[in-house]
Amino acid sequence: MLDKNGIAKRIAQEVEDGFYVNLGIGIPTLVANYVRDDIEVEFQSENGVLGMGPFPFDGQEDSDIINAGKQTITTLPGASFFDSSMSFAMIRGKHVHLTILGAMEVAENGDIANWKIPGKMVKGMGGAMDLVASAENIIVAMMHTNKRGESKILKQCSLPLTGVGCVTKVVTNLAVLEVKNNAFHLLERAPGVSVEEIKKATEGTLIVKGEIPEMNI
Amino acid sequence: MIHKKVNNVQEALKGVKSAMTFMLGGFGLCGIPENAIAELVKLDVRDVTCISNNAGIDDFGLGLLLQKKQIKKMISSYVGENEEFERQMLSGELEVELTPQGTLAEKCRAAQAGFPAFYTPAGYGTEVAEGKETREFEGKMYVLEPAYKADFAFVKAWKGDAAGNLVFKGTARNFNPNMCGAATITVAEVEELVPVGDLDPNNIHIPGVFVQRIFQGKNYEKRIEQRTVIQKSESC
Repeated sequence: MLDKNGIAKRIAQEVEDGFYVNLGIGIPTLVANYVRDDIEVEFQSENGVLGMGPFPFDGQEDSDIINAGKQTITTLPGASFFDSSMSFAMIRGKHVHLTILGAMEVAENGDIANWKIPGKMVKGMGGAMDLVASAENIIVAMMHTNKRGESKILKQCSLPLTGVGCVTKVVTNLAVLEVKNNAFHLLERAPGVSVEEIKKATEGTLIVKGEIPEMNI
Repeated sequence: MIHKKVNNVQEALKGVKSAMTFMLGGFGLCGIPENAIAELVKLDVRDVTCISNNAGIDDFGLGLLLQKKQIKKMISSYVGENEEFERQMLSGELEVELTPQGTLAEKCRAAQAGFPAFYTPAGYGTEVAEGKETREFEGKMYVLEPAYKADFAFVKAWKGDAAGNLVFKGTARNFNPNMCGAATITVAEVEELVPVGDLDPNNIHIPGVFVQRIFQGKNYEKRIEQRTVIQKSESC
């Protein structure tokens, strides 16, 4: 079974040379730590920066340079700043190749729910609805089940949706799943996790074809 | 040259009244019009509608207007980090309209650019699209979103001149340029009001035509919400 860093590590393998990538808050942010350093990748933050670097050294933080999580950041050579409308033009216009974000629920038709729990304080969708409605390559980083052990990989989302039919891949603490033809296709198992365990933790339709390899991380 | 400079925030906010709709630039506390917000608190205008990506924190930004219950309706994409906001929202005192962030930016830009509405894929199939016109283009579904209408836009820039030309810094740019010219009156406050001619016309982010009033801002706090740093001793 993977921890949060393990999930981030596995997702980092999906990042290809020449990709512009938008990382959501939480596990997705950790992905930047594990991307191979022999490829050229630029990270976009929807508040208006491309070419995001690591956190600044103590004392060098600048209140005018933050990411979408409102954290102080630095920029790398070749970086650029732009306004919010242009930022989402990059996203909606499919100029950003890969979006990695978290979710509360994912359904076998690619629906995603990650912004609202009825009866609880709603903080808002931020840029998530724009991101999921536009990107062609959306990878979800999440835990396979909730704290009560109930599956979050479902036939149908029960929570209010963020986007419809948009998720292409899901990486959880148990498995790598491809989402297509109204089903989750099991591609890889997390280290030490059996196909049976994944079946048990998955409520949505799960397609298992042949030997399922263990993740190489 | 057409002069846009006013002497202070009081002159800049002349005509501001209760029940108006305001646009306010900023992402979190980054690039917010601190001087205009402080003056709105002093003017004690009531029942206002604020279009702003976020609602500040309890003791800064739009949180200051919330503390005095001046806001009737908030139009935002994300409103966490604010207890008073949460209390007013849950008690029903405050009306809240949540809008996808890219749609919010574009509804401002559409107003600036003279478009009455536009189609976006964001929110299709979700509750955001409920009651809205939808249409298919080349096999994909889109939602029709109207441009915003506002009485005042309050923006903050890094540098500006008396012609109203603006230059922004870093990610403090965010929604500010999109709101310029998107309201009846755009008020720009700047950290540095420079002599006309000092700004290189090649490097102006917003031409003065989109700005009606500009003033030299004062006492900027520029608070950081999440100070994330690495210690010099750490290797990465």
